[in-house]
Amino acid sequence: MTDTTLQTPAERGLLPLPAAVARPLIAVGAVGTIASAFMSWTWTPDFPGNLTIYGYPAGLQILALVAGALTLLHLLAQWRVKGLGWLNPSGATSPVLLTALSAFAVCWFTGIAIAVDLGGLVNLDPGAYVAMVASLLPVLGALALPHPAPGTGLKGYLGKPEQPRPGTLSPLAERAAVTVGTALGLIVFTYGIGINDDDSETFIGFLLVCVFAAWGLVHSGLLDRYTTMSTRHKGFAACLAFAAAVIFPFTQSNDHNANIGVNILIFATVALGLNIVVGLTGLLDLGYVAFLGVGAYAAALVSGSEYSPFQVHFPFWAAALTGMAASLVFGVLIGGPTLRLRGDYLAIVTLGFGEIFRITVNNLDGDSGPNITRGPNGITQIPDIQLFGFNLGDSHTFGSFTLGRFANYLFLMLIITAIVVLVFTRAADSRIGRSWIAIREDETAATAMGINGFRVKLVAFALGASLAGLAGTVMAHVNYSVNPQPYQFAGAAPPNSAFLLAAVVLGGMGTVSGPLLGASLLYLIPEKLQFMQNYELLAFGVALILLMRFRPEGIIANRRRKLEFHETGQLDVPAQTTLSEDAAVTKAGA
Amino acid sequence: MTTPVLEARDVTMRFGGLTAVRSVDFTVNSGEIVGLIGPNGAGKTTFFNCLTGLYVPTEGTVAYQGKVLPPKPHMVTQAGIARTFQNIRLFANMTVLENVLVGRHTRTKEGLWSALLRGPGFRKAERESEERALQLLEFVGLAEKREHLARNLPYGEQRKLEIARALASEPGLLLLDEPTAGMNPQETRTTEELVFAIRDMGIAVLVIEHDMRFIFNLCDRVAVLVQGEKLIEGTSEVVQADERVIAAYLGEPFEGEPDTAEAAEVDTAEAAAATAEPAGATTARAGTAGSETTEAGTAEVEAAGSADSTEGETQ
Ligand SMILES: Nc1ncnc2c1ncn2[C@@H]1O[C@H](COP(=O)(O)OP(=O)(O)OP(=O)(O)O)[C@@H](O)[C@H]1O
Ligand SMILES: [Mg+2]
Repeated sequence: MTDTTLQTPAERGLLPLPAAVARPLIAVGAVGTIASAFMSWTWTPDFPGNLTIYGYPAGLQILALVAGALTLLHLLAQWRVKGLGWLNPSGATSPVLLTALSAFAVCWFTGIAIAVDLGGLVNLDPGAYVAMVASLLPVLGALALPHPAPGTGLKGYLGKPEQPRPGTLSPLAERAAVTVGTALGLIVFTYGIGINDDDSETFIGFLLVCVFAAWGLVHSGLLDRYTTMSTRHKGFAACLAFAAAVIFPFTQSNDHNANIGVNILIFATVALGLNIVVGLTGLLDLGYVAFLGVGAYAAALVSGSEYSPFQVHFPFWAAALTGMAASLVFGVLIGGPTLRLRGDYLAIVTLGFGEIFRITVNNLDGDSGPNITRGPNGITQIPDIQLFGFNLGDSHTFGSFTLGRFANYLFLMLIITAIVVLVFTRAADSRIGRSWIAIREDETAATAMGINGFRVKLVAFALGASLAGLAGTVMAHVNYSVNPQPYQFAGAAPPNSAFLLAAVVLGGMGTVSGPLLGASLLYLIPEKLQFMQNYELLAFGVALILLMRFRPEGIIANRRRKLEFHETGQLDVPAQTTLSEDAAVTKAGA
Repeated sequence: MTTPVLEARDVTMRFGGLTAVRSVDFTVNSGEIVGLIGPNGAGKTTFFNCLTGLYVPTEGTVAYQGKVLPPKPHMVTQAGIARTFQNIRLFANMTVLENVLVGRHTRTKEGLWSALLRGPGFRKAERESEERALQLLEFVGLAEKREHLARNLPYGEQRKLEIARALASEPGLLLLDEPTAGMNPQETRTTEELVFAIRDMGIAVLVIEHDMRFIFNLCDRVAVLVQGEKLIEGTSEVVQADERVIAAYLGEPFEGEPDTAEAAEVDTAEAAAATAEPAGATTARAGTAGSETTEAGTAEVEAAGSADSTEGETQ
């Protein structure tokens, strides 16, 4: 006791336990958590995922098992066990605490969910109690460990520790590491998508484990290393990610998950297009989903559907070009007058134009206007795409794998997403991309550097619009039909302008992976948590407020990449130079 | 040798009832370093904004190398006038190198298509831009820091980066708005050398500055602006000796009527402080012009706090 009181807060843990006790406590807890996964947690299979069988972990138990194992690994790494140093180069305590919290969260969530779902604590089997007690121990133990991170109290535990400069690996080893990282990502993603739609409990548990484990990885510095390595081998990492996405349909036994995959890709592609407008150029566009709609409607009109007033059937490439061109024209028409406005005005005008599109389409039904879009009924029975003699509507069998309709569309969308990613990265890293960013940073200074603000903004707007239009052409075919309903400002399910914007902001503005990640999350969460439907917009709003408060730069920060060459530890320091204050004043004023 | 680079004729700028610049005629010849001085709120920055097209002058024209300039900032830069800002306006979240590359915008042509297709022409242009930008960074002494974010540079280096960014547009005339504000004496001296070096590159320089030693060391010619009007223009000696300048600006008690001089100075400062507030408030509706105002306003509030010290203003 006397010992611990003499130490500085940084050397002492939050709880007065000597490290010699705390570490074994964590180990026991982690092992206990792992062991509990093999026990029965409840007596009835009514609880989703069937947690009743001894010796055979399922659903939430698997998550508890993984979280427990991660805790154990991080503890051993922090204990400086040979061979695990790479897991936690800074030797910080916070990764242990965070992974312990992930196990704690999933176990206690399950216990409470069982009690609530089935009506009472009697429904808990001993396994659940073991899990809850065992998962609490590592949290207590981790709070008693000394922590080198700056700050005192809980804040000190959750502050990001200083990272030592990582040693460089050989290029081959780095590539191997990137491969392993990507494979792990694919496994996690596939597991998440594979959770049954009516199994919300498991999905919540999945999210809990993911959030805390990822947070732990950030603190241990592993995620940073992964991003550094994959930026160093950019082309390799991109090919790998593409390959992982191609493998995905082969890992799925039912076409429903491929359907989710297609929709995520469409959503993500559009979000990436919006990222050019919002993330790079800094134009707040609240009516962006209209461009997706224009593309979808254009493709539907020339698809050969018998409900289209134009009885033409374009091949897909021509339909795609038509959709892009229509969106482009629409983008220029909207952008022409509005891009002379700045800030809030632009947001409101785009919001208005977005609604104009939906209402017009709703009214071109033969009553209020010419019959082009069949109003709220929409254009239905859009035939499947024929590509190189393949009908994307048919199932194809490769060896022992059968790829259904949505898997086919998934491949098509993958190619389109890859194109859009290429367009985004190439445009961003060029003269025009720099001028977009310059305009985002300070429009006055940008024009004083010779940038024709209006023209450059119009190019961004038109490019974003045509990329959304391209995604729209595929969407029309995937869904067999188009109707005005999805193209509104805000709705309970993606895509709509608010969700698109949220995907960009949540994921990280100005990055490629940010909107892809943001779109996946924002698509999967409503899909898997059906019971939340009525509260979705509420939850969504709360989540965005929390995000803006605690991580305004989004999940994937763009500055990170640039700051790599610079001092670490500066990343999370809020802007305080006179320069950024000026910028804030200007923004508020402009 | 003395062909005029910049000719401003009868430039007047009114903001509602306030005439910030009143019929100013002004010429800068090639190879010259010209200084523009005047008390806070005299209209110096406003005059710069009129020259560069950020403000459309109420009356008067600005000509560069004999051609009248349209009041569009990007066209002015295209024509060959580059500038820096009194309140540093770098692209804070871009790297030092990228900031300078943005300055190259008018001297390169690659559009969206060539960026997407990445042909050999694009690569070549990109490489040349980068080389040129690196040369400029070396020139101002920032080559080491090319990968840093602009926001993380110390104040003096941010000012130098602004100069490098302006030079990247290959101007024939460089406008510097208080380039040494917030610098320590050493940095001021290196900036002085930098300006001489820029002149030696064949670029005419027009500089606003409150640091009199800096101005009188540097400039071939100095003009004094007081309450929007050009009071006098001439060599350093002439301007330094002029009684009206001393009374209105230099602030040394003028024999006979010290009270007047001080009173005038205090008045100017107070007027500036008073305009700062409402100027900020109207900003929200004023578009481009508005964002300028806010800056001018804040600058004046600071300046009013230390109205008597003309050099080494602390930020
Ligand atoms: N956009 C605007 N709207 C209204 N008034 C303005 C605007 N811009 C400048 N002014 C006013 O014009 C006058 C001249 O301002 P200016 O910024 O040009 O002074 P300055 O000589 O640069 O002063 P300083 O030495 O402090 O930089 C001030 O009274 C200022 O408030
Ligand atoms: Mg000024």
